[in-house]
Amino acid sequence: MEAATKLHQSRATVLGFTSTFGTALPFLVLLLVGIGFPLFGGGYWGVIATRACVYWVLVSGLNLVVGFAGQIAIGWVALLTLGAYTTSVLAAGNVTPEFPPYLALAIAAVVGAVFGLIIGLPALRLRTFYFAITTLGFATIVTQVALAWQSVTGGGVGVPGPIFPEPFSSQWGFYYFCFGLAAICTWMTANLAASRFGRALTAIRDTEVAAEASGISKPALLIPVFLFSGAVAAVSGGLFASLQSYITPDAFTLDLSVLFFIAILIGGRGSILGPVLGTILLTVLPELAAPLVAWSTFLYAALLLVIVLAIPGGIAELLDFKNRRPLASGRAIIPRPDLLNSLLEVSRDPGALTLEQVALSFGGVKAIDGLDLEIRAGQVHGLIGPNGSGKTTTLNVISGYYVQERGTVRLNGAALPILARHRRAHMRIARTFQTPRIVSSASVIENVMIGGTIDGEGTFVESLLALPRYRRDEAMLRATAMLALTAVGLERLAPVRADRLQHSELRFTEIARALMLRPAFLLLDEPAAGLSAEEIERLGALLVAIARAGTGVLVVEHHPDLIFDICHHVTVLNLGRMLAAGSPAEIRSHREVVNAYLGG
Amino acid sequence: MVESIVSTGVAIGCIYALIGITYNVMFSASRVFSFTAGTLGMLGGVLGSLFIAQMGMPVAVGLLLVLTAGAVFGIITEIVAVRPVLKSLDQHLYVLSTLALALLFQQFTAIEWGTEARPFPRLFEIARGGFDQQFWLPMLACVAVIIGLELLYRFSLVGRAFLAISEDNYAARALGLPERSLRMASFALAGVIGTLAGFAGGEMLLAFFGNAPILTFYGFVPVALGGMGNNRGAVVAGLLLGLFQQAANFLVGGIFASVAVFTVFIIVLLVRPEGLAGAALQRRV
Repeated sequence: MEAATKLHQSRATVLGFTSTFGTALPFLVLLLVGIGFPLFGGGYWGVIATRACVYWVLVSGLNLVVGFAGQIAIGWVALLTLGAYTTSVLAAGNVTPEFPPYLALAIAAVVGAVFGLIIGLPALRLRTFYFAITTLGFATIVTQVALAWQSVTGGGVGVPGPIFPEPFSSQWGFYYFCFGLAAICTWMTANLAASRFGRALTAIRDTEVAAEASGISKPALLIPVFLFSGAVAAVSGGLFASLQSYITPDAFTLDLSVLFFIAILIGGRGSILGPVLGTILLTVLPELAAPLVAWSTFLYAALLLVIVLAIPGGIAELLDFKNRRPLASGRAIIPRPDLLNSLLEVSRDPGALTLEQVALSFGGVKAIDGLDLEIRAGQVHGLIGPNGSGKTTTLNVISGYYVQERGTVRLNGAALPILARHRRAHMRIARTFQTPRIVSSASVIENVMIGGTIDGEGTFVESLLALPRYRRDEAMLRATAMLALTAVGLERLAPVRADRLQHSELRFTEIARALMLRPAFLLLDEPAAGLSAEEIERLGALLVAIARAGTGVLVVEHHPDLIFDICHHVTVLNLGRMLAAGSPAEIRSHREVVNAYLGG
Repeated sequence: MVESIVSTGVAIGCIYALIGITYNVMFSASRVFSFTAGTLGMLGGVLGSLFIAQMGMPVAVGLLLVLTAGAVFGIITEIVAVRPVLKSLDQHLYVLSTLALALLFQQFTAIEWGTEARPFPRLFEIARGGFDQQFWLPMLACVAVIIGLELLYRFSLVGRAFLAISEDNYAARALGLPERSLRMASFALAGVIGTLAGFAGGEMLLAFFGNAPILTFYGFVPVALGGMGNNRGAVVAGLLLGLFQQAANFLVGGIFASVAVFTVFIIVLLVRPEGLAGAALQRRV
């Protein structure tokens, strides 16, 4: 067993290394081009290159918000404005004593972080379009304030931008300053993207429900992202003010916001390289032909429309050659239940998940009506019944999506808190869904690693800076995920994009993700739906093995054969009430059940 | 002073309410909030000024052309930005596609019409003063739209079909209603209402490309506060918004008035995300 784990670990590191080099290569090329740029770029192109770097500092942070977390923030120019004015006003000293430019820039970063959070907070409660509109509103207001608050901002006359002292005062000196910051931002966001936080963000974006079930709390995740994004946006503003050498409210039109936003979407969501290229492209494009300047925003908008309608994956998807290779056909899923013991860590207190007189109705319909249920550790419990009998509703009450009107759900005697869905994962209650909920643009192994998010120890900042705990987390999560994938029989598909998998493979991926929690209780919602007879048999063996390793398993199913084969205990529901309960043999001979449901 | 706050506030509120209704009409037919709502308002002002002041057309002809252009723009929105992404409604691609279309039109206007605000012609040759036409025109337009919609929904077959689609899309389709044509008709109707708002409020807002994002934002506030798809809520919230904005304008000055509006909007939404009049929906898993 140890040897098997070792083997997987080493294979995972080898894979990790080659793929790391493959992804790092374009960045190294960009780094070399950036460092060597002054050798062959003329004076005006120097300004454009500096501008691209300044923009990227902002876009790198916004990319986490838009590209990874999927929040449609279209008014991010507000933070650029804020950072530009804070830096300029403090450095010019027309209100306060004069600050050194670096200190002014640092203060701007703090102010930016605070406002990033303020703009971002509504995203925690509001739907997509609402959030987009609030950021738009914020952007219009910040410009209006800049125009009206004359005593500080100089109103329409403006203020001079800061000048950074030697060695960064010359044109190329300033370019290297901006390029250095841009490179650091790239490195930090790439680290974060590859961490459990990056994966959790994409999970929130694509399948919030599954993210919650994996223990990911949206506020805890998004707050540091907004702080970081606000800080770098404000730093970018300070640099922008210095580059412009004089700023007025006119410089901060919504067009800039559009540029930032579209650079990310053209680049592709969930990518770092794509948005880098997108930013460079959009900064350079209008310079190639003078008439394009007036039409630039029009072009960006047209580009956005084309991207959304034709290639929603952006540049990143076009560059993703690895996932164009055809997958082997006729793949079989062959689980290795023997690996489950090392994955699930046996010795656990035998406990139980119990429902006492739980009732819930939707409008006039009683979905569940006084249900008692006990799921014991180490056993498979089947929940069957006709459509609409309350099976999935029961599952949703346990995992906190619905609030029961009466009754309690207890874990080892203690009542589960109402709602608080992500807390279920911390109590080691895992689940799968009727239709698999997967981040389709991420690889299979990344999807499985999402399941282990709460077991990482490194903080957000440690992940940004790639400190040791972050690297330990990654190695641990990758090795465990590989083990889980091997256990369910999907190890060969680990690096494949999840949207290329077949339906049955997605079902097993979800089980692997749930196993990452080392669940004390595992709830499965129709795991056999859409599987072939052979696959159902293997699924049954896998579930039995999971229970044998000490986990309590609840299976909601329509396939009576599977249920009677693997369950220790079966509950039959009808119209929200318990029709019968007992061992499979008792249920099979229960007259009412046979009449109402099984048919005989 | 109070008189001027009330007349300006109600007039502006009527424009916001109309843009809110524009959002709602598109939303009811497609479950899509479209960024083009404010663009329609902007186009109403710009095209009105173009047709009547620059090209010297009679007011009635100008109005007719403006509304036709609005309907055409609505249909373009449906075909280009809504229909292709309806299948992936949960991915919110519509936010991006309608934003892109709104920006295209806004930028086109900025380039061809100019970035300066230009005056909107006076529609009736009567002396300025007192309760002027720039105040009562938006109110008249708002009342006309409310009555028109009410008649449409209550007494016409098409109106009932609109209601059916917005109540339950699947059931309506199962009954054989032509969903696609109804959706296009809704977007055309929204285009007419949106441009009418901009046309009626032209004298106050001027013919200015920058009105698009402003109307997109302030027009959405009544929708968010009144509850999505709820036209009565939008009218009430729109009027309150206009009055609140004008009162704050007078009391604390223009800039802090918009800060105040924004703050109130955010706080209300955070406390009641479903709007003041809306009902919370339980999530489906």
